[in-house]
Amino acid sequence: MIGSAVLYALGGVALFGMGLYALLAYPNLLRKILGMNVMGTGAFTILIAAAYRGSDAAPDPVPHALVITGIVVSVCATGLALSLAVRIQAVTGAAYLTPDEEDAP
Amino acid sequence: MTTVLPLIIVVPILAAVGAFVLPRWSFPVALVGSLATVGLAVALAIEATATGAVRHTIGGWRAPLGIDLVLDGLALVMVLLTALIGLAITLYGRGYFGRAAPETEKGRQAVYFWALWMFLWAALNALFLSGDVFNLYVTLELLGFSAVALTALADKPNVLKAAMRYLIVSLSGSLMYLTGVAFLYGGFGVLDIAQLSSLTRETPALAVAAALMTAGLAMKTALFPLHFWLPPAHANAAAPVSALLSALVVKGSFYILLRLWLEVLYPLAGTFVPQVISLLGVGAIVWGSLQAIRQTRLKLLIAYSTVAQLGYLFVLIPILALERDNTLVLGGVICFVLAHASAKAAAFLSAGNILQALNDDKLSKLDGLMRALPLTVTAFGLAGLSLVALPPSGGFVAKWLMLDVAISRGYWGLTVVIVGGGLLAAVYVMRVMGRLFKQAAQPEVLSALKPVPRVMEFSAFGLALLAIGLGFAGVYVLRLLEIGARAVAGGG
Repeated sequence: MIGSAVLYALGGVALFGMGLYALLAYPNLLRKILGMNVMGTGAFTILIAAAYRGSDAAPDPVPHALVITGIVVSVCATGLALSLAVRIQAVTGAAYLTPDEEDAP
Repeated sequence: MTTVLPLIIVVPILAAVGAFVLPRWSFPVALVGSLATVGLAVALAIEATATGAVRHTIGGWRAPLGIDLVLDGLALVMVLLTALIGLAITLYGRGYFGRAAPETEKGRQAVYFWALWMFLWAALNALFLSGDVFNLYVTLELLGFSAVALTALADKPNVLKAAMRYLIVSLSGSLMYLTGVAFLYGGFGVLDIAQLSSLTRETPALAVAAALMTAGLAMKTALFPLHFWLPPAHANAAAPVSALLSALVVKGSFYILLRLWLEVLYPLAGTFVPQVISLLGVGAIVWGSLQAIRQTRLKLLIAYSTVAQLGYLFVLIPILALERDNTLVLGGVICFVLAHASAKAAAFLSAGNILQALNDDKLSKLDGLMRALPLTVTAFGLAGLSLVALPPSGGFVAKWLMLDVAISRGYWGLTVVIVGGGLLAAVYVMRVMGRLFKQAAQPEVLSALKPVPRVMEFSAFGLALLAIGLGFAGVYVLRLLEIGARAVAGGG
């Protein structure tokens, strides 16, 4: 019988892996950005699992503080990635990372 | 306890905000911010040499929820390096962006450059001074975001795509690092590096954390074979940004990796992980140098040289993790960081001057530039001297220390790689220098050159002098590194 903390941690690891797979496998930038968000959620889930201190004890507040900070960072990252993707679509016509063309330096 | 420690992070952030909200005044604000930050770095150096390592608890909130800043010798050397190179970049940026009004495209880029560059400086200082592994994650992200945004300044397809690749690599690296932090906290219950240092043992949690954090940081430092994102980003960015990325930004993630192996992950020193890092470092030296030799554009050549030179930083990690208290081993690595940072910044700024004058950086167009741009070409030559590690230069002292470590411990393979890497560097540096000193094939090209502002030539030259001058400063660097070597745990 595995405890719920371990289950959460394994779930986090699975999310992290799925996000990483999406990031590597899909050429579309929006999917890559979503993949990065899923990866982040996986990392946060592992942190939350680390807060578990038994069924009758209050959870450790430190990982919660870390996750809140992490979510703020993740929102900024998503914003930056989306604005870059929008510019790439505006300049190249597609939200994909195509091989570089020859242009003047 | 009063200290100026927090100010060295606060001042550049204020300058960044100021440069952004006062677009007409962005350069003066950034200049004042730069000068103040340099002054603070010098003040910290005086404070730390007088009293030893400094530890500051922000707002009086103690760990684990509070944030501790720690200034030891290693952090101080990095802060000083950033200050010296940062000042040169600020001056260069003035010449590069000129006085364009904020309404024009160039003026818009200038405002963003000044604001983001000040943010980047704040992120670097915060990273060097962070005392716990989670704040290192936050500063790592701040550094990555400002670096990516700076890369994307020029609104061209290849630049934007390079910035996007950079962002993806940077974010996945940081998330791997963060997952490693979760395993460290789960395994040992603390985040503070000094506390972790006395608690870590060879456990499965530490092994998982080590694998995740090392892989993530190696990716962000462009360790071969995860270097694919670096050359397009560093070569396509604006000249002052290229210099920042190659000289300072990659050193940020390397600094964390170094600290982790010195202070947290060292129980794993005997395992295969540090050996793998070292082997990949060797791979980087060989592959990066061969690629640099093959390039036909100057900025790409310099970028691949960065891939090669970053390899040297990793080859001594196994020895460092085993002999944590040996300042000489650490000194070799840090001297290399300093030498590469100043030489690479000088090389990229010189390349920027050449690009400005020629509007092109193809190697085949560089013939005879020595006559037209003597100061810039001399700067590139001096930087090349340090990259090849000829005496007297910072690169020479660094490699001398590294060779001493390798030979005295009987690592003959490593000795061959360090010497051989210098020979390969000589080949790609000579490919450029041979062109620059050649008799010009088309003299009319030289007479049609666009003027290069003097401040751009002088700042490149200043950094090149720094790269050479470091050859005489090895002893001082070692002395600084001894400040508070791992003795900061209980301070306050």
